Amino acid sequence: MQGYIAKRILIAIFTIFAVMTVVFFVFRLGPADPVAVMLSPNATPQDAENLTKKFGLDKPLIIQYGNFLKNVSKGDFGTSFRFNEPALKVLFERFPATLKLGLAAFFVSVSMGLCLGILSAVKPDSIIDRLGRLLALAGMSLPSFWVGVMLILFFGVTLRWLPIAGRGTAMHYVMPTLCMSLYPIALITRLSRSSMLDALKSDYVTMARIKGVPEFYVIMLHAFKNAAIPVITVIFGLFGALMVGSAVVVEYIFSWPGIGRLVMESYFARDYPVVQIFVIFVTFVVVSLNLIVDIVYAYIDPRIRYQ
Amino acid sequence: MQTNQDNILELQNVTTTFFTKQGEVKAVDDVSFRVGKGETVGLVGESGCGKSVTSLSIMRLVPQPAGKIVSGKILFRNEDLMQKTEEEMRHLRGDRLSMILQDPMVAMNQLLTVGKQLGEPYVFHDKVKGSLQGMCIDLLRKVKVPAPESRVNDYPFQFSGGMSQRALIAMGIANNPDLLIADEPTTALDVTIATQVLKLMKEIQGETNSSIILITHDLATVAQICTRVLVMYAGRIVESAPIKTFYKNPAHPYSVGLIQSVPVLGRSVERLASISGQPPSLFAMPEGCRFAPRCDKAHKKCFKAYPPKTQLEDDHSAACWLYVKD
Ligand SMILES: Nc1ncnc2c1ncn2[C@@H]1O[C@H](COP(=O)(O)OP(=O)(O)O)[C@@H](O)[C@H]1O
Ligand code: SF4
Ligand SMILES: [Mg+2]
Repeated sequence: MQGYIAKRILIAIFTIFAVMTVVFFVFRLGPADPVAVMLSPNATPQDAENLTKKFGLDKPLIIQYGNFLKNVSKGDFGTSFRFNEPALKVLFERFPATLKLGLAAFFVSVSMGLCLGILSAVKPDSIIDRLGRLLALAGMSLPSFWVGVMLILFFGVTLRWLPIAGRGTAMHYVMPTLCMSLYPIALITRLSRSSMLDALKSDYVTMARIKGVPEFYVIMLHAFKNAAIPVITVIFGLFGALMVGSAVVVEYIFSWPGIGRLVMESYFARDYPVVQIFVIFVTFVVVSLNLIVDIVYAYIDPRIRYQ
Repeated sequence: MQTNQDNILELQNVTTTFFTKQGEVKAVDDVSFRVGKGETVGLVGESGCGKSVTSLSIMRLVPQPAGKIVSGKILFRNEDLMQKTEEEMRHLRGDRLSMILQDPMVAMNQLLTVGKQLGEPYVFHDKVKGSLQGMCIDLLRKVKVPAPESRVNDYPFQFSGGMSQRALIAMGIANNPDLLIADEPTTALDVTIATQVLKLMKEIQGETNSSIILITHDLATVAQICTRVLVMYAGRIVESAPIKTFYKNPAHPYSVGLIQSVPVLGRSVERLASISGQPPSLFAMPEGCRFAPRCDKAHKKCFKAYPPKTQLEDDHSAACWLYVKD
């Protein structure tokens, strides 16, 4: 068990390191010259040289990489060209907004997805099952930017029920959360439905019924515990990636002041250190979530725990 | 026929159908038989003839939503199970009426300890007295699992096949049921362990006086512990006989074939040396006797209509035109 977790942690650290390296070189090898971007139109060549020196851009790439790693180990991920502040600080200032929206979407999609999935597996072809399948189809096929725009048009512009941008009240959360949750709800519903159906057909479930175990325990203790294993991977593993991906789109559509919007702004402004820290941070989040999945697996499945 | 009072179970014309996309399958077709108190009845027949579905029908646990018991009566302790509510059935299951599923490795939940699963018949029938853990350990001891004190905390994957089967039997007998259906309890095991498991079941029956339906396709197993045999072919019971009569005087040509194909103890009915051909597809049942295409005694009548059940002597009946006098 300890060996298992230690191995996962090592893999996680290696993944983050690898991504950092790739990110470093991709941004350095890119065609755009960040110094040119930062300079005001009437700057002198001397200014350009100073800036280049200041950011260490005159050194060979490999030295720059060494410095980068040295700085990273000190928690220094570079300075935002745009704000002239540490990139990490810029990111963290905007992170709470994303986190709150992400958590809202997380709870909505997990609870809705699991409920719909379990209920439709328990009663196949019932109204709930049909509804769930329709929702799953919609969620899988409609792109979130389109859903976002439609929501704004319908609830924001036509009905004027909900605010269309910004954040502050609970009402501000409704549309972005909905927009962000649709795909995960669809995914979790479909997955939990099919793995619940498999579990409910299995012999250990029949055996539990033979023993006179009440149906509620049969479903939750016997079937769901087994069905949860593949669902957990998706919930945590894919979730980080999904959230970040849709955060970028959703935050942009709803003018949500989170890191998704920040990275879009920074990208257009060629503020590479911020884009870079965003990618590294996202990797960190996704890798951590995967690590949690692995540990949760070991907790649920004795076959892994006793390895 | 004995009086009803002597029966623990009586099936009357039970038909269980699967409604599938490919069509309707009568997996159990107009099946009637009885099981006396304390009796061990063997239910034999080739794979796919409907033995498991018959047992699941008795438990009222036919796979949903495709399967349905479409007609018949299932009298258990003289009460028709078909009239019971789901909650009434739940109270009977695992308490008065129990079953051991075919494959012990998949019949146990891999994510719960053996002890947790053993305790369920006690917990959900309010039978816990003192320590539940202690009760589970006693149960494991009863089915002769070594070191039950530590084994009770193991997970199923830590059990061998033989031990899993024992644990599964333990779950079945926890509350000393009036009727235990054991679905091929020895098929997955090698011969020595199979013999031990059978001996164990016999011992337990001696203590609890449960009735047992032993499903198997191994006639040697039947010879070892059964008092009566039911032979099933393509969804129907074709012969019912006391064990001695069955071996000495089998009536149905299929039974004769079965016995002839098992000259050696332990050989399985799966390989029917003396009966050529395959059982009919349940989707395309022949109109007449289902065994007719494989039967060397078949005559014209056999292909026209299904033979009625004929009482040959006390407690011995067969469904074959050879015995129908007109
Ligand atoms: N879940 C199911 N869906 C459809 N048909 C089934 C199902 N389970 C069993 N059957 C049908 O019932 C027949 C009898 O199966 P079963 O009782 O398991 O045979 P066995 O005698 O080997 O235990 C099979 O041949 C199969 O066609
Ligand atoms: S009814 Fe005819 S075909 Fe069927 S078993 Fe008897 S003799 Fe054979
Ligand atoms: Mg079977």
